[in-house]
Amino acid sequence: MSGDVVLRVNGEDRVLHLDNRVTLLDALREHLRLTGTKKGCDHGQCGACTVLLDGERANSCLLLAVAVAGRAVTTVEGLADGAEPHPLQRAFIAHDGFQCGYCTPGQICSAIGMLAEAAAGLPSAVSADLAGTAAVDLDDEEIRERMSGNLCRCGAYAGIVAAIREVAGG
Amino acid sequence: MRAFRYARATDPGEAAALVAGVPDAVYLGGGTNLVDLMKLGVLRPGLVVDVSGLPYDTVAHRPDGGVLIGGAVRGRRLGLDEGIRSRFPALTRALLSGASAQIRTQATVAGNLLQRTRCPYFQDTGTPCNRRSPGSGCAAIPGVHRDLAVIGTSDACVASHPSDLAVALAAYDAVVEVRRPDGEQRLVPIHELHRLPGDTPWIETVLEPGDLITGVHLPPPAAPSATYRKVRDRWSYAFAVVSVAAVLRVEAGRVGDVRIALGGVAPRPWRLWATERALVGTDPGDDDVRAATRLAFADARPLPGNAFKLDLAADLVAAVLRELR
Ligand SMILES: Cc1cc2nc3c(=O)[nH]c(=O)nc-3n(C[C@H](O)[C@H](O)[C@H](O)COP(=O)(O)OP(=O)(O)OC[C@H]3O[C@@H](n4cnc5c(N)ncnc54)[C@H](O)[C@@H]3O)c2cc1C
Ligand code: FES
Ligand code: FES
Repeated sequence: MSGDVVLRVNGEDRVLHLDNRVTLLDALREHLRLTGTKKGCDHGQCGACTVLLDGERANSCLLLAVAVAGRAVTTVEGLADGAEPHPLQRAFIAHDGFQCGYCTPGQICSAIGMLAEAAAGLPSAVSADLAGTAAVDLDDEEIRERMSGNLCRCGAYAGIVAAIREVAGG
Repeated sequence: MRAFRYARATDPGEAAALVAGVPDAVYLGGGTNLVDLMKLGVLRPGLVVDVSGLPYDTVAHRPDGGVLIGGAVRGRRLGLDEGIRSRFPALTRALLSGASAQIRTQATVAGNLLQRTRCPYFQDTGTPCNRRSPGSGCAAIPGVHRDLAVIGTSDACVASHPSDLAVALAAYDAVVEVRRPDGEQRLVPIHELHRLPGDTPWIETVLEPGDLITGVHLPPPAAPSATYRKVRDRWSYAFAVVSVAAVLRVEAGRVGDVRIALGGVAPRPWRLWATERALVGTDPGDDDVRAATRLAFADARPLPGNAFKLDLAADLVAAVLRELR
């Protein structure tokens, strides 16, 4: 019912002895003390726990830690390049993309995953053209739809969209 | 959460062997529904066998225009598939209207089909629910049932099936490929995968212990013109109140072929066979489509809180067929 799990977090292999019930979110926060990733709902409904798994965004509250052993996990703590914040971190500050900041690590990880999806040509529910395979042009409507898995109780959405649009180059 | 053993299957035979004779074993796909329900205490497996790494993770286009989508294909991968996007647009639209992007990166096609109802009583172990706890009663019938089913229900259960993807698969006449524990393949039309509740709502599908969904086969589309539209309480990241997938071919101004399936109204994706029969060969206006939609609801059993879905469904089908013509 428990065992050693090797989690690859922010480029480092970490060996943890975990009960099978532990989610990736709890492993990060309670076992690795990486408390940047936040717990909001714990049921996939808010996005506060969003991390990158092999570069793709995922809700860490719905992942069993044991099931992601060996996959590359990136948390908000792993985004900066030394003392240099990630461009999205910088843009969130510049555009007032947060108030209390609780949703912010999830918003930023989610936005990074989202930009990669758009660059790969993944359409969204509001894309008029499904057949086009070029990188998606991210206007506000596209950004809002693609970020709908991240709720912000403070309602900082206007700043969040502006920050993402700046980094998307729009 | 109950403690459980975890195992990762590397081939389908191993998966079957692991769950054989273990009544409280479950398969794990992306876990976005299973883990949630385990946290809530609704599901209490003793063994979780991870099948997300099995080699059913490709989308194979066949020369005849059909497609085999692997059961372990995740939503992100499916959304990127160019052939699906151009030839099965209702499927892509349904997929992209479901859940959130970060749920879709993990969720698998098999898990999507087998996700459980979002009925609030099913998810709350403190209340009666025949589907979760046989014989305990249905709290939804006298209670909150606005989002639940209006047809195909019984006195024992009025749960609706929450999947968007399954609705599009129903309009495209998909066939679910199942691997039996003995290795034999079983083909289940999507229309027959989910059982209606009757007196045994806890028996949700026709699958048997150890059955593994390995893929979904799409026959060549009946027509290129198709879409999916979802009515919900907020613009994004919400389950359907009512949704519709429609595939339409117009010949000389008349309906040549039409396939319509609804979500949010029944315990499974609900094909409107009677509506389709009534429309073929006609040149229907909106009111004709509404009337034809009502035909398919002759046996409806709406409740006070969700009877509005009948009108909503009729309006929605009319709007979508107008868009497709
Ligand atoms: C907040 C939220 C919002 C959502 N909104 C929507 C929505 O709007 N529309 C929508 O359609 N869905 C929605 N979903 C549901 C989501 O789509 C499902 O959770 C997901 O598709 C399930 O896939 P999975 O791979 O994660 O399944 P899992 O959680 O891994 O499994 C689900 C079930 O399938 C079984 N299973 C998995 N793989 C197999 C297999 N190969 N063979 C046999 N059995 C198998 C499991 O045992 C389990 O019973 C939402 C979910 C959340 C949390
Ligand atoms: S904590 Fe994971 S989605 Fe809310
Ligand atoms: S900044 Fe407070 S929740 Fe988003």
